[in-house]
Amino acid sequence: MTEPGFIRLNVRALFGRSYPRVIGGTRELSWIFFETVLPILSIAAYVFIYKAFLPPNPDQTMLDKVNSLVGYVVIGGTMTAFWLNVLWSMASQLYWEKEVGNLQLYMMAPMSRMALLGGMAVGGMFMTSTRAVTTLVVGVFIFGVVITIGNPLLILAVFFVTLIALYGMGMMFASLYLLYGREAWNLSALMEEPIFLLSGFYFPVKALGQTVAIGASVIPATLGLDALRQLMFPVSGFGTQFYFFSPELELAVLCVLAAVFLVLAKLSLGYLETLAKREGKLTTRHQ
Amino acid sequence: MFKQAAWLGWEMDSNWTEPGLFLIYSIIKPVAGAFILVLMSFVALFIGTGNPDLGKSAMFAYLFVGNAFFIYVASVLFGCFQVIQSDREWYQTIRYVYMSPINFYTYIVGRAASKVLLATIATAVTLAFGVFALHIDLSMSLWDIPLFLAVMVIGLLCVVAIGLCLAGLSFLTAKHTHGLAEGIPGMFYLFCGVIFPLSVLPGWGQSVGRALPITYWLEAIRRLILPSSQIAQVTTGLEQRDLAGIIALLLISTAFFFLLSILLFRMTEYLARKAGIIDMTTNY
Repeated sequence: MTEPGFIRLNVRALFGRSYPRVIGGTRELSWIFFETVLPILSIAAYVFIYKAFLPPNPDQTMLDKVNSLVGYVVIGGTMTAFWLNVLWSMASQLYWEKEVGNLQLYMMAPMSRMALLGGMAVGGMFMTSTRAVTTLVVGVFIFGVVITIGNPLLILAVFFVTLIALYGMGMMFASLYLLYGREAWNLSALMEEPIFLLSGFYFPVKALGQTVAIGASVIPATLGLDALRQLMFPVSGFGTQFYFFSPELELAVLCVLAAVFLVLAKLSLGYLETLAKREGKLTTRHQ
Repeated sequence: MFKQAAWLGWEMDSNWTEPGLFLIYSIIKPVAGAFILVLMSFVALFIGTGNPDLGKSAMFAYLFVGNAFFIYVASVLFGCFQVIQSDREWYQTIRYVYMSPINFYTYIVGRAASKVLLATIATAVTLAFGVFALHIDLSMSLWDIPLFLAVMVIGLLCVVAIGLCLAGLSFLTAKHTHGLAEGIPGMFYLFCGVIFPLSVLPGWGQSVGRALPITYWLEAIRRLILPSSQIAQVTTGLEQRDLAGIIALLLISTAFFFLLSILLFRMTEYLARKAGIIDMTTNY
């Protein structure tokens, strides 16, 4: 039997690692309820906050403003699904694989570790898309959010580049988490609400102030969310006072972030492998 | 046995990290959650009135206090049901703990105890931030302090009882820790008037809220620690009941959930044992 070529081997590894995430979801149907329906409830709660601040007899202008804010929450809720997946199913994954004894198998296998992480990312995106789409559908049909699709190509470009940058960040974290050992779980937990806050998942990020918002732009979700909101709610009812930069500029920065995170992921994986060979204790569990 | 379980809960939750570091982690999360509400309220007030003075907004005080005490609900519920899934799927130690002489029900309550401690600190920090930085007016007479403490104890017992019901159900379900962690508190977050009054919900949603004990717990707390002049400015949907009535409903529902937790836990434990899935793993 001939050995597969480099590209074929890595493509197979990528498909192989994404397979359990894609198929696992269909085999365990309760997952659909727990991972799609239940999380929508907390997003719905954020929607009602904006409705609670409505004056008793709102005019049409006020209703337009609230529609935009509710839309902001829905888009943020959609992105929340991906961010949680990046944290818990990408960044923490290699650490978990070590704890359950799979990491040494990955290290011994001939494929690139980037293909492995890529497979996790593809499978994770597939699993998470179900929840993201559900959130969007609920936002439109239950909360009556009116979305304007003026430039669909730009929206798609921003969305997919944001995902690549986010998962690239997750791939980089995956190696770093292994180095931090048992702090990994707490690091992921720490990057939930604080990141929801800094990236403006449920409110326009510019409300944090220009300086903080610029600092938070290192997290791809910040610029991705702002660009998507500008493109999907061009007539926001409250003007452009909460818009950050132009969507085109934000897309350009996101492209740079995606490239940087993927390179950093490759470098940190390489460092990890060197460390593994030098110290010989990378796969030692419970450290 | 309870003490040992509580200590184990602290060590496992912190993943054996430095206690001080873990404490910081545990406080930053809920405080950041409170900040999200601050920013959302700021934007809503700015857009609605052009005057985002949070300290003077009765609605903001209402949601801030609700959110601060909801830290207990999210934290303790998670502390209860994740025990089954973490011991079973992650550490794969459930079979050893299950075979040991400790009562499993007591073990879970003990494991959740560390969450109560952390939630108390996080709630205190959040409230202190609200009072000193956002000028939220909290006031309670000395005579109300015993009543407040009693309401806290009853409410926490109720939350633990609900958590035990979920822990029981976790015996039979696959690894859904994150779905449950977000979803179940999310249900209470949505229907119990935590960050907006019940009156904002549609009629059927208000009915769901009135059937849940957390609604009465948070309402009782607000009536005890917020000035009555502020409470009067918010249409809560529970104005028709006095404080005694609210506490009575809380007591009745807590007793109900306590009994339900024992029955449900025993039943699901039996079913899981019968199906041979006490120590199943469903990792993807």
